[in-house]
Amino acid sequence: MERLSKSEIIFKTLAHILISVFAVLALYPVIYAVSASISGKIAYETNKVILFPVDMNFQVYKLIFDDKGFWISYINTLFYTVFGTAWSMFISVTGAYVLTKKRLLFRKQLNLFVVFTMWFNAGIIPMYLNYVNMNVNNRWGIIVAFGVQAFNIILMRNYFSAIPESIEEAALVDGVNEFQLLWRIFIPMSKASMATVTLFYATSRWNGYFWARILLTDPMELPLQVYMRILVENYQAMIDDMGDLLPYAADSYVYAILVCSIVPVLIIYPYIQKYFAKGVNMGGVKG
Amino acid sequence: MTDLVKKNGLNKEKLTQYKLYNGLKVVGKDWRLYLLLLPVLIWYLLWMYKPMAGLLISFKNYQPNLGVWGSDWVGFTNFKNLINGPYSTQFWRAFRSTFLVSLYGLIFGFPIPIFLALFFSEIGNKFYRNLTQTFTYLPHFLSEVTITGLVLTLLYHGEVNTGVIANLLFQLNIVPEGTKLFQDAAYFRPLYIITGIWKEAGYSSIVYFASIMGISPVLYEAVKVSGGNKLQEIRYVTFPGMAPTLTIMIILRIGQMLSIGYERIILLYNENTYDTADVLSSFVFRIGLEQGNSALGASAGMFNALIGFALVMGANFISRQISETSLW
Repeated sequence: MERLSKSEIIFKTLAHILISVFAVLALYPVIYAVSASISGKIAYETNKVILFPVDMNFQVYKLIFDDKGFWISYINTLFYTVFGTAWSMFISVTGAYVLTKKRLLFRKQLNLFVVFTMWFNAGIIPMYLNYVNMNVNNRWGIIVAFGVQAFNIILMRNYFSAIPESIEEAALVDGVNEFQLLWRIFIPMSKASMATVTLFYATSRWNGYFWARILLTDPMELPLQVYMRILVENYQAMIDDMGDLLPYAADSYVYAILVCSIVPVLIIYPYIQKYFAKGVNMGGVKG
Repeated sequence: MTDLVKKNGLNKEKLTQYKLYNGLKVVGKDWRLYLLLLPVLIWYLLWMYKPMAGLLISFKNYQPNLGVWGSDWVGFTNFKNLINGPYSTQFWRAFRSTFLVSLYGLIFGFPIPIFLALFFSEIGNKFYRNLTQTFTYLPHFLSEVTITGLVLTLLYHGEVNTGVIANLLFQLNIVPEGTKLFQDAAYFRPLYIITGIWKEAGYSSIVYFASIMGISPVLYEAVKVSGGNKLQEIRYVTFPGMAPTLTIMIILRIGQMLSIGYERIILLYNENTYDTADVLSSFVFRIGLEQGNSALGASAGMFNALIGFALVMGANFISRQISETSLW
């Protein structure tokens, strides 16, 4: 162990303290939400819940799980996430792959064509009119019309172009065609970046709210985020009308809904987390 | 090109034909490659570029039944209405708010991830570092609806319940007892900015952390050998090592100054807080979608996008001049 100078010891201690504080602050609302959702009404309303649950019970979860609308929206979100992510990945992977090829005609222009949308886009209103015009106010429309991001394409493109050309040449000599090259060599060789971008797309699909709320009219097609927001909006009215009559704290119900939306993220995230620092780093922010 | 004309005795017309033929041959040989290009090309044309043509409605008196093309041209009337018409008060208020919210976000939000990255790099215990990094990245992956839901409940001040954070703020006398945080315009911006820091600071630190990890340890040794302390190490090694990343991140931030995410604003604001909360994008949303004045909304949106675009270009240009680091 090398000896540390005084300034280093001070700095290290400070770093540990501040990072710990920040980590606790980052996590606190999530932990609190879990605790508040399973605490008893009286304990909650008398502000006894600070971190851990008090008078634990799970009645609000029973309420949520008995609610058909919740399950419909949950399944809808799963549907949008799975198919939407697959679609976004399909476009991004093929696009990124092609854009790395030096022999591609108009490569520079095509790259600019994709990157330009990071700096300038039509804006909400023309996009809205286009979506209405193209009839995307349904399940498949939401999947097809949304969720491809230039940043992700660039990230993958940079990753692909780091794969040595000699590998590609060797494969081509062996008679492998372009499709096989992408599928059997480029994709397996960039697992970290694939995992990272999949996570990005999946979370943005899972979290998608705005356009779904504006475009979807059929209540059977609403995703969880929209359903959740409607519940939160009704929250005030709920308390004012019958807060005293409810056997549980109205907040507990809202917190429980929020917890349900976080759980899948919490489950998947640690597995992919190890990839993305590397994935983002490799992708860099070069335009 | 002129060489080719001379050598082969081709005239201009023949040369074009020759190039076209050659081009087709190149594409034909690589048809698989071009087939793979199609999805991304079509997607961008349909969903990104086609709407740009729809920006024409900024210059039209848009009637939904006539469509973008059928509506009458009105020149700059919509823009005049924004700048100097019935909507001008709201428009300029939103314009000012956009700048202020971005500026505060930049001042308070930009340095924090840098410090976090510095501190992360000091934590030698890899397990503890990974753990704390995992925790601090987490909020980034939660949805805006979840985040605002949490904020609303944690800070709610109702008759029966008081959110736990609101309670804390009251007890510490940071906010006067009984303040309804969401109904009071004075609290919107701090709320928005703190929420933003909570959500993104940890995650934004990744890129800085990566650039610190990329600095050669030899440089730190050199400072140590010459008797430098920790602050000098940071001053002479860490910061210069992070400089390119810092420059790029600041260009990105400046470029995005006018494009504040509208989701969180729309989810958090209400009529009582419009004074401080309404930014250009939420203004566009309200006027254009909620009130159905598409043409005016599109004009405001275009105004916003053009200034944003100019900001990116400007920031990039300046950065290339002073530091040779640029986005492109």
